[in-house]
Amino acid sequence: METVNSDIVIIGGGGTVLRAAIAIAEADPKLSVSLISKVVPMRSHTVAAEGGSAGVIRPDDSLDKHFDDTVSGGDWLCDQDAVQYFVEHCTPEMVQLEHWGCPWSRHDDGTINVRFFGGMTVQRTWFAGDKSGFHILHTLFQTSFKYPSITRYDEFFAADLVVEDGRIRGVVAIEVATGKPFLFVCKALVMATGGAGRVYLQNTNAGIVTGDGMGLAYRHGAKLRDMEFVQYHPTCLAGTGILITEGCRGEGAILTNKNGYRYLQDYGLGPLDPWPRPKAMELGPRDRLSQAFWHEEQKGTTIDTPQASVVNLDLRHLGEKKILERLPQITECARIFAGVDPVTQPIPVRPAVHYTMGGIASDLTTATTLGGLYVAGECSSVGIHGANRLGSNSLAEITVFGRVAGEAAAAYARAAPAASEASVRTRTQAEASVAHMTALLHSETGERVATLRDELGACMEAHVGIYREDAGLHKACDKIAELRDRYRRGVRLDDHARCFNTEWLSTIELGFMLEVAEAMAYSAYNRKESRGAHVRLDEYKERDDVNFLMHTLATYNGDGPPTITYQPVVITKSKPRIRSYGGAGKQAVLT
Amino acid sequence: MPLDTTTRTIEIECQRYDPDTDAAPRMQSYKVPFSNDMSVLQGLRHIKDHIDGSLTFRWSCRMAICGSCGMMINGIPQLSCHTFLRDYYPNKLRIAPLEHFPIVRDMVIDQNDFLDKLESIKPYIIPKEDKPVSDGAYRQTPAQMEQYVQYSECINCLLCYAACPQYGITPQFTGPAALALLHRYNADSRDEGWAARRDLVNSENGVWHCTLVGYCSEVCPKSVDPAHAINQNKVNSVMDYFGIMKLLMPRSGAK
Repeated sequence: METVNSDIVIIGGGGTVLRAAIAIAEADPKLSVSLISKVVPMRSHTVAAEGGSAGVIRPDDSLDKHFDDTVSGGDWLCDQDAVQYFVEHCTPEMVQLEHWGCPWSRHDDGTINVRFFGGMTVQRTWFAGDKSGFHILHTLFQTSFKYPSITRYDEFFAADLVVEDGRIRGVVAIEVATGKPFLFVCKALVMATGGAGRVYLQNTNAGIVTGDGMGLAYRHGAKLRDMEFVQYHPTCLAGTGILITEGCRGEGAILTNKNGYRYLQDYGLGPLDPWPRPKAMELGPRDRLSQAFWHEEQKGTTIDTPQASVVNLDLRHLGEKKILERLPQITECARIFAGVDPVTQPIPVRPAVHYTMGGIASDLTTATTLGGLYVAGECSSVGIHGANRLGSNSLAEITVFGRVAGEAAAAYARAAPAASEASVRTRTQAEASVAHMTALLHSETGERVATLRDELGACMEAHVGIYREDAGLHKACDKIAELRDRYRRGVRLDDHARCFNTEWLSTIELGFMLEVAEAMAYSAYNRKESRGAHVRLDEYKERDDVNFLMHTLATYNGDGPPTITYQPVVITKSKPRIRSYGGAGKQAVLT
Repeated sequence: MPLDTTTRTIEIECQRYDPDTDAAPRMQSYKVPFSNDMSVLQGLRHIKDHIDGSLTFRWSCRMAICGSCGMMINGIPQLSCHTFLRDYYPNKLRIAPLEHFPIVRDMVIDQNDFLDKLESIKPYIIPKEDKPVSDGAYRQTPAQMEQYVQYSECINCLLCYAACPQYGITPQFTGPAALALLHRYNADSRDEGWAARRDLVNSENGVWHCTLVGYCSEVCPKSVDPAHAINQNKVNSVMDYFGIMKLLMPRSGAK
């Protein structure tokens, strides 16, 4: 097997990875960095983020307000030490991106403009039109060319980790173009592989968002934390799940049901006036808005379309100039994919799965329980999102903790012993892993990958969705166990070629998806309360701080279900209180 | 206006090529049920999922921002996520990999040449002097942003390379997207890297290879207008020759 030795390997290709790679190169240009990504970095899913990234900049804002919005937005399941570090470092990272060329939207005098997002007391979201993720990703990708110590392995699929005595030794990857296995030996590994939204049928996520990194780390003993908290974004196109940014509402768009009624006022987000005002109505948090949609659907006040029921996201009152200037991408998406022009018609939207709040458990330095493994971005759980992430905290997270992960991995690699040649044990493990992968490639019996994948997606939608109940969660756990069993019995491939075999890679991805989904279902089943994005219809409708002010930890158990344990939440200065939105407040001036 | 989702059947003819088994590309036809809201990409995914798992193509975001799924659709370079089956029915449609690139397999082309060219244009801010983060953001007025933002919208989908006859004849040509990005940085008020990029602009493989066909801008799904960026740099290149470039940099008036 071809072997590549480097000090640090990074898996993934998105904003976190690139920020981490640059941080390593700046910390110590002598450290060799190999960046393994299943797509060329500029194709990564960071590219699809629209609305923007949080960073305190206005005189009427403060780090305390960002902290409070984040902690209450997360329904007090956030680790407050992590949130404190996070809010302190967002703005410097936004400025750093600006120095690297990110075209942030500006005021007329050339200073940075910020927009409102849901759950925020003050305008705090830096934005680049409504292509913020795209611009952040391309800025970081293009800037990464400056650093010769970074070697990219584009379109290399990370298929397994090599772990010895609780320490990372390397990564087994498949070169997609040739199907050839490679062993990447390293001293430290940074993983930033994104979320797992594709385990649901209806989602805003790109096809590549299949939880690979979560699955890899989990299989090798790292814990998955808070996996029951899956965010439904309230405004997505029916059918495709294409994202219509929260930035629309940040700019003043409203949501109405089939009677033209702003139904959010009935779900603890009202009253209507004065409008707009922070943390009320359409500027409420995502979990509450998606839950409100669910109730409207039950009441029959949503609008039926051939794809699914929807409500109207109405931008018309913003006027054509503002719509085209601030929201060009969603204007194009609405026109092309929904056949409506937001300048003259409301956009039909409904919730779809968007983000995994949970992930690979890490401490404040992004370190995990596996020696040498650092994680950041959506695949990780550093503890800042709690039970519900605020929009625009994740783009900030990828830069803040991407840098931390890079610096921590650099320090670890520098302290590690010099020899990085693969040991016999490392090789033996890697070869066993390749043998397993090769068997999948040659499989001629069993079910199609799409059959198992779609049954998984439907099961997650039905039972681990916006609202959950014990019986449904129980069914989900059983169904996933059955799907895992069917997966083990075989996935039949049409394609046995080595060259760019995406059916083979999808089969490996499906293995990760099934295990990550199982962790989600069991974590949800065991959380007998309602908090943030995990809400129940059974007898556990209320938040239960006595028993569940705790992080869920899922530990891998081979073919069996995960073991679920709990870990205390770090609370420094904000004691849990009732999480409320709406109510009286001052009208906000949108800039 | 809700979209009609009545199912019809369309024929999609795909160019197939596996270097390990095929001496040359061949065509293969599939009958695909589709509804009015289905993109060409969704049609291909239907084939992959349910008819023939060996059909190979890149895709990811399905919303025209990641730039993965460019291909020739009835001879025109397009994003398959952005193009709809309804617009071809009742005729069949023909899918082939982007022209002018080596084929890896089926619709997958080798994009490394572009990545090398992207690197060659130094696609990053080269400031006059390093500015510490503690100094805060640069000021950049909307007028200054207007000089470059359009060119920063390039999604690297490579449709413009498939459209460019010059790139087809002379693969060394730096090409539309990379030159548009070169201009994007040169035109940015935060950048002072023009001198570092001038040799490439003026070189044989720089802007002078362009013969002004303009098809690159026509196929661009993001209205980047690389042809305009290249033309702008032809002017700059001439001015540079006469030593008066500094007077004419697009941002000089705003500084």
